[in-house]
Amino acid sequence: MNFERHSNHLTQTHTMYRYDNYDHQMLADRIAQFRNQTARFLKGELPGPEFLPLRLQNGLYVQRLAPMLRVAIPYGMLSTKQLRKLAYIADYYDKGYGHFTTRQNIQFNWPALSDVPDILAHLAEVEMHAIQTSGNCIRNTTTDQFAGCAVNEIEDSRPYCEIIRQWSTFHPEFAYLPRKFKIAVCGTIDDQAATQVHDIGLFIVKNESGETGFRVLVGGGLGRTPVIGKEIRAFLPKQHLLTYLDAILRVYNREGRRDNKYKARIKILVKETGVDSFRDKVEKEWLALKDGPMTLTDSEYQRCKQYFQDPQYHVLPAESPLLTKALSENVLFAGWYYQNVSAHKKPGYAIVTICLKETGTAPGDITSDQMNFVADLADRYSFGELRVSHEQNIILADVEKAALCDLWEALKSQKLHSDNRGLLTDIICCPGGDFCSLANAKSIPIAESIQRRFGDLTRLRDIGDISLNISGCMNACGHHHVGNIGILGVDKKGAEFYQISLGGSVENDTALGQIVGPSFAQEEVPDVIEKIINIYMKMRQPGERFLETFNRVGIEPFKDEVYAKVN
Amino acid sequence: MPKLIKSGQIIDDAWVLIKDANQLQDLQTLSGQNLIVPLTYWSEQQDVLRNRSGRTAVWLNSHEVPQSLGKDLHNLDVIALNFPIFSDGRAYTSARELRANLGYKGEIRAIGDVLRDQLFYMSRCGFDAFVMRDDQNLEAALGAFGDFTDGYQASVDKPLPLFRRR
Repeated sequence: MNFERHSNHLTQTHTMYRYDNYDHQMLADRIAQFRNQTARFLKGELPGPEFLPLRLQNGLYVQRLAPMLRVAIPYGMLSTKQLRKLAYIADYYDKGYGHFTTRQNIQFNWPALSDVPDILAHLAEVEMHAIQTSGNCIRNTTTDQFAGCAVNEIEDSRPYCEIIRQWSTFHPEFAYLPRKFKIAVCGTIDDQAATQVHDIGLFIVKNESGETGFRVLVGGGLGRTPVIGKEIRAFLPKQHLLTYLDAILRVYNREGRRDNKYKARIKILVKETGVDSFRDKVEKEWLALKDGPMTLTDSEYQRCKQYFQDPQYHVLPAESPLLTKALSENVLFAGWYYQNVSAHKKPGYAIVTICLKETGTAPGDITSDQMNFVADLADRYSFGELRVSHEQNIILADVEKAALCDLWEALKSQKLHSDNRGLLTDIICCPGGDFCSLANAKSIPIAESIQRRFGDLTRLRDIGDISLNISGCMNACGHHHVGNIGILGVDKKGAEFYQISLGGSVENDTALGQIVGPSFAQEEVPDVIEKIINIYMKMRQPGERFLETFNRVGIEPFKDEVYAKVN
Repeated sequence: MPKLIKSGQIIDDAWVLIKDANQLQDLQTLSGQNLIVPLTYWSEQQDVLRNRSGRTAVWLNSHEVPQSLGKDLHNLDVIALNFPIFSDGRAYTSARELRANLGYKGEIRAIGDVLRDQLFYMSRCGFDAFVMRDDQNLEAALGAFGDFTDGYQASVDKPLPLFRRR
């Protein structure tokens, strides 16, 4: 195979990690291994239960209708070449679309099992894979989708994410953990990575001498037993990152419960052990690893960091007269701008969120045509690069302010100009009972019924910032626990019902929602949401967001309204 | 004679695995044989074991930790780690602790539900002998040790992680 060579000293500017021969070889070996395993399974030489964890660790689920392949988008970064490859896979191996998940992955719902090794080979060509996107192992590491261009960033998290990606990939000791294991890294002031609800949450911090390290949280997670992670270290110097992760994982691998899959996550171990005694175990294990060969070297950090350079920004004035003019003349553009465009660290640039929440389309779904189209836009307006967010949206991170109106016009032509980012209809939603074999209830039709009920944009803007998250079962892929409004599909004697919670948040003040009360039938849900919104509108003080009102007045007024007897 | 894979080759197994301590009630009949006995029996019957003819090794189940072997572990020719089921990953940690933390140099043998597709990771964690489940094809399984050319992490077989070598 003829791989593009990259030396340790790059001559070219890179804004994304690029594979060297080692990385390419690692993927090629993995594909050959999985090809062999798949062939043995299809010939009946490898029994189903033994093939199961192997296919899961290659991203392959068997779903309600067909297999589902989950492809990792490491820490959310995508090149346009990669996005075009995803479009190609959607066209040739699937039904022409893909689904962005809540953990910076993309899922294809209809590939044939026998095609999967070929799909993985296509992905490898563009330095992508489906490794460890499922199964009881360390999953794709996630981060803030604005990393590297956010205002008020402490430090770019992506070099650390790549270092963790390599450490976790094919980690020989941790491929058969008690349960799945998710790590998020946050280097921004305003956490957008749901870091506190991960098995390990790493916050980049500086100590008094200005050195970089991590505040380490452990035992967070959603699912059946939602827990906010607890701090086990206030400051971990960065060179100890990997040995400390090894120590945590080792304690978990040894002591995590294996008798009950619902109690097998690290959060239960931390809870049952107590955080202080868990910390002691980790620190003790760490003593054996600390300063050993896995201690991060400065040259490795620099090697990874040099891949995440700023693109070649132009020197621009902070404000663009073109933009100012367009905003004053075009109300529709202005509506999109105020909702979907965020501040950028460089003068004259902006961060654009393409909201994949058009009513009538499943949240996070994107067609292959749209993928190709967005790739063209990213080449034209954003240095050939994109990000995906856990809110299931796409981000063009480096757009000149002067080009925003043209970009918006272009997005309109493909119905990609949804201007509801951060509003009630920017719903986070799992695939639910329409696709997923774990689900108790459908979630996509619930999202659509709410989007239809709140179709009036003026009203949506009046309601303001709010998050609504839907999960089709208690595995909580739709992060319902941390939605300002959370909706959970439950099974009630064979019928699909929906439990509603309020007050969740996944920002810096992460909180778990409180359940309002007994669940509702599917057709009641839009009415209930409407009642909740009406109470908020009635009780809010000027400038108060939904969450702030809820935190001030509590759940009772909402409860009273939602369960009021009709006379 | 039963076979196992050791250091990449298929060889005769010179050891008898005693799964249950009840099999040891009449030790005389096993005289002269090399036995791998359960941890609890090994811990409690040191004197009996010392006085018998034939070598003795120990096996640990997945919930048992290498630290319970104490200092005597360095006198053992073989420590076997059991996989009650292949998806129980605790023995990977035990093997690494034996090698890296406790400095054990003897044979670490995988026993129980030992299958081809896990051999590569096992060998990286310090296992060097593999008693495969009965239905496994040993010749074919040898191929698994070459599944990957390299690994990113520090491991027992390659103590320096890739980032210190690339």
